[in-house]
Amino acid sequence: MKTREQIAQALAACGYIADADLATAISLMQLLKRPLLLEGEAGVGKTEVAKALAAAHATELIRLQCYEGLDQSAALYEWNYQRQLLSIQAHRGEDADAIEDQIFSEKYLLERPLLAAIRRDRPPVLLIDEIDRADDEFEAFLLELLSDFQVSIPELGTIKAITIPHVVLTSNGTRELSDALRRRCLYHYVDYPDVDREARIIMARIDGAGASLALQIARLVEGIRKEELRKVPGVAETLDWAAALVGLEVRDLHDAPELVHETLMCLLKTREDRSRVTREVTERLLGKVA
Amino acid sequence: MSCCGANPSYDELDEVSRLVSAKLAAFLRTLRDNGFAIGLHEGRDAAALMAAGYAEKPGLLRSAFKHLFSARKSDWEKFDGLFDAFWLGRRVKSRSVTMGSAKAADSPSLKSLRDNKSQPAGGEAATDQIPGGDAPEDRAGEGRMEGASVASNLAEIDFRKMADPEQIEQAHAVAARLAKSMRTRLTRRDLARRRGYRLDLRRTIHGNISHGGVPISLVKRRRKEKPLRLVMLLDASGSMSMYTGVFLRFIHGVLDEFREAEAFLFHTRLAHVSDAMKEKDPARALDRLSIMAQGAGGGTMIGESLQTFNRWHAARVIHSRTCVMIVSDGYETGDAALLGREMAALARRCRRIVWLNPMMAWEGYAPEAAGIKAALPHVDLYAPAHTLKSLTELEPYLADL
Repeated sequence: MKTREQIAQALAACGYIADADLATAISLMQLLKRPLLLEGEAGVGKTEVAKALAAAHATELIRLQCYEGLDQSAALYEWNYQRQLLSIQAHRGEDADAIEDQIFSEKYLLERPLLAAIRRDRPPVLLIDEIDRADDEFEAFLLELLSDFQVSIPELGTIKAITIPHVVLTSNGTRELSDALRRRCLYHYVDYPDVDREARIIMARIDGAGASLALQIARLVEGIRKEELRKVPGVAETLDWAAALVGLEVRDLHDAPELVHETLMCLLKTREDRSRVTREVTERLLGKVA
Repeated sequence: MSCCGANPSYDELDEVSRLVSAKLAAFLRTLRDNGFAIGLHEGRDAAALMAAGYAEKPGLLRSAFKHLFSARKSDWEKFDGLFDAFWLGRRVKSRSVTMGSAKAADSPSLKSLRDNKSQPAGGEAATDQIPGGDAPEDRAGEGRMEGASVASNLAEIDFRKMADPEQIEQAHAVAARLAKSMRTRLTRRDLARRRGYRLDLRRTIHGNISHGGVPISLVKRRRKEKPLRLVMLLDASGSMSMYTGVFLRFIHGVLDEFREAEAFLFHTRLAHVSDAMKEKDPARALDRLSIMAQGAGGGTMIGESLQTFNRWHAARVIHSRTCVMIVSDGYETGDAALLGREMAALARRCRRIVWLNPMMAWEGYAPEAAGIKAALPHVDLYAPAHTLKSLTELEPYLADL
């Protein structure tokens, strides 16, 4: 992949419609060998970027989902305790040092996503999802890994990366990330797609969605996002809704206002939001959709 | 583009004409002046990009630089304007807000704060009056009179009558003590909870190899501690002006002792003041504050300020063990319905909302203003806070979070 256009095309072939900015970001990622930090509201398709990137490179996607309390053993490596215990039992009576050497060997090592990502022959895409959920300590640990791409395991020694993975980090802004991490990454803010891009996303992902229907759906979703909602629908919700409408054989939103209102549950995920978008609101929104 | 590889050598950088490097350096300076955190590494990457052919296509260069130099959403949003202004000579649509403006010093309520501080007995302190409040001239005198009769019990003097620097100093001391005791109690609670931790299998097995793998000495996993966090939103509008001074000192005391505390000021808009308040010297902290707040005295937009808070700050400053403390009289000049909605959103997020209202202890006061009425259903504790004693009485409640 070289130019922005080629990158955008390759991603589109994998079902991800990227804007020019994102294509630039990905070309820079490869040029400068830096991780890419994607920030944006939930549901704008940050994770999808990594999936599409892996598909476009025809390489493996290794995903590390972050959560509070995530530690090195869950992210990097762990020992296979059961096998270690069995082995200790089997070698009972032998020299303790020899047993120790044996049970802390490669054979008993369980790879977790980060270790896996640097030990592949072909550079995979490493997705570190929702890094803002992890603790500060983990973020600091990650910093070291992402700059040196090597890991030291006390019992085994230093393990160097065989290949440098393409790293994508995503954040929803639950916690402020450290400047150190931000500075090591390229930054891209993922916004809700504009009507045109969302329509193209629908067409790329939902079979049977024609151009005019996709555009209508995208326009209506744009209108709904402007309403005062607790949970603004993301791209995934739009796709659900589009799939539902196509499944119900709706060709034009104006033909089936009742169905449109009833299927809005695909977009509105809280009771409050559901009650806020009344029939009148749906009609008003539909009125704006040409 | 891709020909130049990951780590461009300095030979390649030499190809960038001197003129361009000088301009690039100036651009980096402009970005740094606008709050971008840019290190040497980014500068080198930028030069490499320009040498790699990006310089010939302004649109591409802008996009590339945007990704390289931005670190957060605020950077992302103002970058295009700065880039266009610098490289293409276009005027920036909205200038980025920088701290410090001459206007701030004129804002009535903050001016009164500073006056209270520097010349405590000065008459013209508060220009905006609380509805039904005392005339400014009476204030100092009345304070002194009460001071004579109730001197033994400083704790019960209403803040608005507290004018003596010594008294204010004591208020600060009480605030600091309050904060400290909250912390100690909290630590004790965490210690008591420490039983029943999970086993750390890795360390247990490692430590018991010499026993043939029989787990004789157990190693337990340590639990992540998540200390209580206090987020304070202080109304700095005209109607609160007599109380803001003391509360600012209180907040200053709390921030002093509490690692996990954030403070915001609001009037017609919201200002994040934690950093300014962390200044060790209280007088300097107040000085920095007066620079930060702008447009005070134009009424109180509690709803809008909360909306700003919920939208831009809440995700970062609120976690599961957070108490939000709002100090305000609840005189909302904006939309009361909005205030209700934003309070509901806030209540969903944090553990508890404490609303301190200095007016509550006033005789004949009832929460009838539309603002406070809309907010009350979402408040866990609604308490008066007009004297040191009332602040102290809050302590057990806050410590039990």
